Amino acid sequence: MVDWLHNWLFSTFDFFPEWVLVFTWTLWKIIAIVAPLMVAVAYFTYAERKLIGYMQDRVGPNRVGPKGWLQPIADAVKLMFKEIIIPSKSNKYLFLGAPLLSIGPALAAWAVMPFTDTLVLANIDASLLFVLALTSMGVYGIIIAGWASNSKYAFLGAMRSAAQIISYEIAMGFALVGVLMVAGSLNLREIVLAQAGGFWHWYWLPLFPLFVVYFISGVAETNRAPFDVAEGESEIVAGFHVEYSGMTFAVFFLAEYANMILIAALTTLLFLGGWQPLFDFAPFTIIPAFFWFAGKTACVAFLFLWFRATFPRYRYDQIMRLGWKILIPVTLVWIAVIGIVRFYTPFGFMG
Amino acid sequence: MLANYFPILIFIGIGLFVGVAFIGIGLALAPNRPDDQKLSPYECGFEAFEDARSKFDVRFYLVAILFIIFDLEIAFLFPWAIVLDEVGLFGFWAMVLFLGVLVIGFIYEWMNGALEWD
Repeated sequence: MVDWLHNWLFSTFDFFPEWVLVFTWTLWKIIAIVAPLMVAVAYFTYAERKLIGYMQDRVGPNRVGPKGWLQPIADAVKLMFKEIIIPSKSNKYLFLGAPLLSIGPALAAWAVMPFTDTLVLANIDASLLFVLALTSMGVYGIIIAGWASNSKYAFLGAMRSAAQIISYEIAMGFALVGVLMVAGSLNLREIVLAQAGGFWHWYWLPLFPLFVVYFISGVAETNRAPFDVAEGESEIVAGFHVEYSGMTFAVFFLAEYANMILIAALTTLLFLGGWQPLFDFAPFTIIPAFFWFAGKTACVAFLFLWFRATFPRYRYDQIMRLGWKILIPVTLVWIAVIGIVRFYTPFGFMG
Repeated sequence: MLANYFPILIFIGIGLFVGVAFIGIGLALAPNRPDDQKLSPYECGFEAFEDARSKFDVRFYLVAILFIIFDLEIAFLFPWAIVLDEVGLFGFWAMVLFLGVLVIGFIYEWMNGALEWD
């Protein structure tokens, strides 16, 4: 299908110079990733409201369209017609630029995501490094938003948020080092290929502590419950985006949900075998690889919503203590364990 | 080789464009009726008093400084973890020594209370 479209484009429009065709083709592929992603983000918000609704013994949104299925679209339309307020004391260019710095990296990280063995837009060697670099960029959006708003709540929220994100990024980075030690490659596709052969070969089993640390860090990185003090309504109203309204707020909102799906997809790739089937034999291998990837990502994404419905919010000092005093030591110890198992036991590379 | 990175450049551009497009739609469709009260910083109904860019806790700086040290450490660990096969036992123990020094520093910070938030 992809090949057929490629050939069709290049043969039908061969009177254009080649770089135009290559550019157009790349653009179409990117749109084929971004458009479904946007729909997924929209319906992820719907899933969140529905799920939390059911978990709290109520129905959730059910008025707009059948069973509330048009709710996300109605929300988007509503936000489009809401006034964009730019506070008089704010730094206007930074104020409008901050949402862009949030959404840009959240989307661009999908460029290197291997959806199946062959379905990847840019199969680069340093793809994991690229993803890590881009997800760290998100903190600029937050801190610039908080500073440019020139409002106390926004400023406090941004400071808290930034300190929390960078703290958990260390634990996340160490967890990734563990994965790299076992997989021996920064290429996401090769990391998944190294986990071939059934669910007991996936890295969640030999690297279980790192898997847990990585996911907890992921939840903290995206500022989600139970680590959402940055936007704790009861203390600092909404945190860094308190001054944002209308579509500028919507962009922050989209970035947050896109980041959640991104973390879920990365957890799938690094620890849950990406597109690999649960078992390496017949009824399981018939299901196309993409559905395995999407299904696992959806399961991990579900955890985000489950956490939000279940856990009470952490206090800020508890968050910092968990990050620095528990998660970082755990990852350091497990890196040493991997090294020792690698060099001093007959297991060699685990998994 | 570099051709593989070309789609990424376009993708970053598209990512930013999505943001610009959304904000542009908002600016174009939404009403714009500013007044003094609406544009003042949000402060739970009070008149805003003193500047929002006030002093804040030095601990945020401390966390940022600690972050730089540990993030650099991770940047060192990444290439090491990939070539673990080739650097072998010597490489492994060299990194254990390096990490050991940093862990001593980490314990020192911990004992000094740099990680406490009260």
